[in-house]
Amino acid sequence: MNDLHQLATYTQGVANRVFGVEWGPHVYTVGHSLAMIVAVLVPLLLTVLYYQLIERWVIGWIQVRKGPNRVGYKGILQPIADAIKLLMKEQMVPAGASKVLFFLAPIISVAPALAAWAIVPFAPGWVIADVDAALLLLLGMTSMGVYGIIIAGWASNSKYAFIGAMRAAAQMVSYEIAMGFALVGALMAGQSMNLTAIVARQDGNYGFFEWFWIPLFPLFLIHFIAGLAETNRHPFDVAEGESEIVAGFHVEYSGMMFAVFFLAEYANMILISVVSPILFMGGWLSPFNFAFIREAGPAFSWLAAASIVWLLAKCAFLMFVFLWIRASFPRYRYDQIMRLGWKVFIPITLIWIALVGVMMMEPFCNWPVISIWFGK
Amino acid sequence: MLARARDIVSSLMLAELLKGLKLTGRHLFARKVTVMYPEEKTPASPRFRGLHALRRYPNGEERCIACKLCEAVCPALAITIESEQRDDGTRRTTRYDIDLVKCIFCGFCEESCPVDSIVETHILEYHGEERGDLLYTKPMLLAIGDKYEPMLAAARAQDAPFR
Repeated sequence: MNDLHQLATYTQGVANRVFGVEWGPHVYTVGHSLAMIVAVLVPLLLTVLYYQLIERWVIGWIQVRKGPNRVGYKGILQPIADAIKLLMKEQMVPAGASKVLFFLAPIISVAPALAAWAIVPFAPGWVIADVDAALLLLLGMTSMGVYGIIIAGWASNSKYAFIGAMRAAAQMVSYEIAMGFALVGALMAGQSMNLTAIVARQDGNYGFFEWFWIPLFPLFLIHFIAGLAETNRHPFDVAEGESEIVAGFHVEYSGMMFAVFFLAEYANMILISVVSPILFMGGWLSPFNFAFIREAGPAFSWLAAASIVWLLAKCAFLMFVFLWIRASFPRYRYDQIMRLGWKVFIPITLIWIALVGVMMMEPFCNWPVISIWFGK
Repeated sequence: MLARARDIVSSLMLAELLKGLKLTGRHLFARKVTVMYPEEKTPASPRFRGLHALRRYPNGEERCIACKLCEAVCPALAITIESEQRDDGTRRTTRYDIDLVKCIFCGFCEESCPVDSIVETHILEYHGEERGDLLYTKPMLLAIGDKYEPMLAAARAQDAPFR
């Protein structure tokens, strides 16, 4: 961190010297933001690229196949080849499509998926925008994604695309509510909407028992499952539903515009699997963050140290679970999705929020076990 | 009542979903069954029906006697035969075409042949790049037969006890 601060001061000085005292600070601010955006987005895009290779591997292995292993060493270059193929493909615009909206839809869909990464902290202080209302911004950004899908379905002038868009709209709106309530539980327990502060509340002497996934277990599950539904992933992928409506909302898209939808979906998946650990699994805190390990001397205390590695490990695990679930479960029927969203998830979240409220109240929060999470 | 309560609890605990995940999780580490095709191939039966060939007797005489049974039995009408009397008085084909675009690889021509002349080899990797490339003529079929005669004879010998 100190090196980073020195670098910041140094570049500030350089900016002042090159652009003058009046413009220097502004140039520095813009450059600083750009550098941070690049630092987050480049690894993100690389992850998206390789996530889809790993997805094909994992699904292949689960189906007792080998998966793509021809391009490069064991298939390492497969995503690059796919990207080149998509780049070189023709952009088809269907007759009767609304051209402006047709081109706008992928952008509307990918912009919020990337913008939401601005508020994701990777370690204390490692965040582009340390917003106090980060949870609200997160909810807002993830719900913006549905506009891209609706506009894509409408602008395509295709029946399948339109059916997909309608399904996606209804589904994402229903699961938005359950997800919102799950976030409410997290913010009650974390006593803040700032993600860094929520993680800080999960710090303590009892390692992974301190994390909110135990007192908020139903909300944790519902957040993840609603996340599956929000990103239109299996088993909630009725918006794409390749066996019924071909490819749903993006059936008319080809080449790079299809790739952008693809990118948005995967960026959203990775976002869900990084936000879930921050809210419920202690973010960058170590699972072995017990008091006795911390005090056991340098041979063991590194195990208890908080670091971005823990966050990435948790994120990678949840990303794997996304794929595991995709390879395991058949698609939900549409009415079952609606039933699950409205008649199961929303009541459970409401009841559990009330329960969390009770647990946080004066006499109860000091009770033996509950005080681990709410006694601070 | 109690069963219903147990149902609700187990579905809330995702019991069946976890069971499914366990099953797929086991397959994740199972030995993979993929055959890496151009390098590895699955074993083929001696009765495998691939590209056609016309065979000869060991003395070099072609087997086909232009009985036209194969032409008659071919369900796809892929075979065209024209015949003529040769100088030594035997009946021989002057034209023996198989249109592989029409052929459905049913093997009836091979079954019907009284002299084991028209046969199907194990070759499945062939292609045509232009229209007409897959119309195989008599010299082409004889050439295939000459080239793969050991393979053809071996496959027929292997299958002989069951015919």
